[in-house]
Amino acid sequence: MLKIKDLRVNLEDENKEILKGVDLTVEAGKVHAIMGPNGSGKSTLSYVLSGKEGYEVIDGTVTLNDNDILEMEPEERASAGLFLAFQYPVEIPGVGNMTFLRTAVNAQRKARGEQEISATDFLKQVRERAKSLQIDSEMLKRPVNVGFSGGEKKRNEILQMAMLEPKMCILDETDSGLDVDAMKLVAKGVNSLRGAGRGFLVITHYQRLLDHIKPDVVHIMANGRIVKTGGPELALEVENNGYSEILSEVA
Amino acid sequence: MASFESVEVKEGVDQETVDAVRDVGGAYKYGWETDIEMEYAPKGLNTDIVKLISGKNEEPEWMTEWRIKAFNRWGKIGEPKWSMVNYPEIDFQDQYYYARPKSMVEKPKSLDEVDPKLLATYDKLGIPLKEQMLLAGVEAGNDAEQGERKVAVDAVFDSVSVGTTFQKELKNAGVIFCSISEAIKEHPDLVKKYLGSVVPITDNYYATLNSAVFSDGSFVYIPPGVRCPMELSTYFRINAENTGQFERTLIIADKGSYVSYLEGCTAPKRDTAQLHAAVVEIVVEEDAEVKYSTVQNWFPGDEDGNGGIYNFVTKRADCRGDRSKVMWTQVETGSAVTWKYPSCILRGNESQGEFYSIAITNNHQQADTGTKMVHLGKNSKSRIVSKGISAGFAQNTYRGLVSMHPKAKNSRNYTQCDSLLIGDKCGAHTVPYIEVKNNSSRVEHEATTSKVDDDQLFYCRQRGMDEEEAVALVVNGFCKDVLQALPMEFAMEAQQLVAISLEGSVG
Ligand SMILES: Nc1ncnc2c1ncn2[C@@H]1O[C@H](COP(=O)(O)OP(=O)(O)OP(=O)(O)O)[C@@H](O)[C@H]1O
Ligand SMILES: [Mg+2]
Repeated sequence: MLKIKDLRVNLEDENKEILKGVDLTVEAGKVHAIMGPNGSGKSTLSYVLSGKEGYEVIDGTVTLNDNDILEMEPEERASAGLFLAFQYPVEIPGVGNMTFLRTAVNAQRKARGEQEISATDFLKQVRERAKSLQIDSEMLKRPVNVGFSGGEKKRNEILQMAMLEPKMCILDETDSGLDVDAMKLVAKGVNSLRGAGRGFLVITHYQRLLDHIKPDVVHIMANGRIVKTGGPELALEVENNGYSEILSEVA
Repeated sequence: MASFESVEVKEGVDQETVDAVRDVGGAYKYGWETDIEMEYAPKGLNTDIVKLISGKNEEPEWMTEWRIKAFNRWGKIGEPKWSMVNYPEIDFQDQYYYARPKSMVEKPKSLDEVDPKLLATYDKLGIPLKEQMLLAGVEAGNDAEQGERKVAVDAVFDSVSVGTTFQKELKNAGVIFCSISEAIKEHPDLVKKYLGSVVPITDNYYATLNSAVFSDGSFVYIPPGVRCPMELSTYFRINAENTGQFERTLIIADKGSYVSYLEGCTAPKRDTAQLHAAVVEIVVEEDAEVKYSTVQNWFPGDEDGNGGIYNFVTKRADCRGDRSKVMWTQVETGSAVTWKYPSCILRGNESQGEFYSIAITNNHQQADTGTKMVHLGKNSKSRIVSKGISAGFAQNTYRGLVSMHPKAKNSRNYTQCDSLLIGDKCGAHTVPYIEVKNNSSRVEHEATTSKVDDDQLFYCRQRGMDEEEAVALVVNGFCKDVLQALPMEFAMEAQQLVAISLEGSVG
């Protein structure tokens, strides 16, 4: 599904290398987790994958279902099935959450040459999916993320993901700021989208999310590289011993 | 503050906006011209031209004299220079002051007799001039019952009013809605009493010029206690080249009446600039309420700043009676130069004035716009919400005066003034003037300036919208407070305009 090969990325303004050769492959239907110390480049990786400005790819390739995505505009990547649940979701004053969702869904449908969703189908889907995330109709009417609590913003990201039905989902610290119950809701939301050939890349600092979303593969990222890859037990190791042991091991 | 009930913007409108923009493909979509035989008065301005215009309109002598008085005054004053707009000097003698389609020389008695080319023009602009025929039973079917709201239209083409719809139905309600040239003939007492009573002929350079040479415009009178049964609207179209357009609108809301009035404007693309200097006067008596909404979409000039309309407009409402209310809502997207300050004279006790404005400038457009709230009555209230959006090389200035006179005890004003910049070659300026001459009144002013946020745009694009959709969505969100103040029909159009006028502003 997602193949990243030797990805090297500089900050455009500073000529500073942040990703120093990332290799990672997420197979269809699998959940990969990335853990790693603060500042190791996890969010940067998610931004580069989704096409944010300000980064310069100096080497390497990224393909999504064998299509080179590095040449695509962000919206083309989105329509190709790439979704990023942001670490810090953005507020858009004056734009209703529903309006935003519908505009996004239809933009992607159009880009793929599909018909627009009918107003009734859309409403039905939103209500259903919002309900399972315990997002009430009041929140759907409010402007996108404006005045939402941290946890509400994260749940809203998952609602968008559920509506857009992407092929490849990247979740950047979706668990941070969530209370225990909200974390279960988010995990349930993710798990219900699992399978069906969908790939996940879950960036997190904590084992507790991975208790609910069982990963197939766990990667450790440090200083702009994937330094270790293993099974779910690797996350437990981090939880118990921190990164120092792993890092000295690979150094 | 107690405010007018606001009209909700329909959910999902933004998507339609985006579609409309895509269909239009970014061009100014009203830039075509109607090929029609015109009759012109000779170029230039002098007493004879003023008399000629008056004569063409078959005006009574008092009207001709009124015009000449204005013309003499105009010759003695100079153009105002205090605004933040730059434009080449206007040669007032190199303009036509009167142009009308030949087919309008014999004024048609009904819309059926109007030149099909003119009707086709309005049809192409999407202006419903058919409604009257529909009512008269000419058109089969019962479309009228499909729950659509009726809007009566006065269509003004260059210097003349082409026709006004729904006149009969309005007449049954006691409402007078006709062209001002007709009102001068048919309702001279009302016109004599009110014309120039809000904007006197001495008011300012452009208003004085307008008083001398106005050709046509709309007249509205709502009798006491009447709630106008439908929205009224005037649609201005400049077609002829090198012709100034000078409309005059007079709206009188008698005691306890209500009317909502809409104004729309477009012009063909031309590479020479054209002058437009309109005057709108509104009289609001005791307990009456007027909503005046404008979607101004005159040709803004091309990307390099050639051509476009120079728009110098004087709009003022006089809230004469106690508890009278007026609400100005404007969406200014067109014109090369805009100089416009719809104002409220809050004379009555507990009178209310509101001003909601979106001004968008792109490419080389310049707008200097805002409002004046002059509080004279006790417990009077005003509210100003201004949203200025600047892109390209454009300059956008909000200029607003709030004045509390000694007698305007316990009055309130709230001003919110937000500017949004797209790119780094444009400018936004806020120039508030505040005068408070009593110690029980309160004036609040808030202003913000921000850049369109790259993170917001990226967020939208990550969800699948292209860059222009993303800008349209974010900017429409920024303007939401004002869009909500518009009547439904206009809210849709305005959202689309916001998007269209920002085409090419990113990337
Ligand atoms: N725009 C920027 N300007 C300067 N430095 C940047 C920028 N973006 C990223 N960096 C730097 O790149 C490194 C990687 O940052 P990134 O946000 O990817 O880390 P992270 O692994 O997501 O960290 P965290 O776990 O704290 O979220 C950090 O040192 C950060 O300061
Ligand atoms: Mg991060």
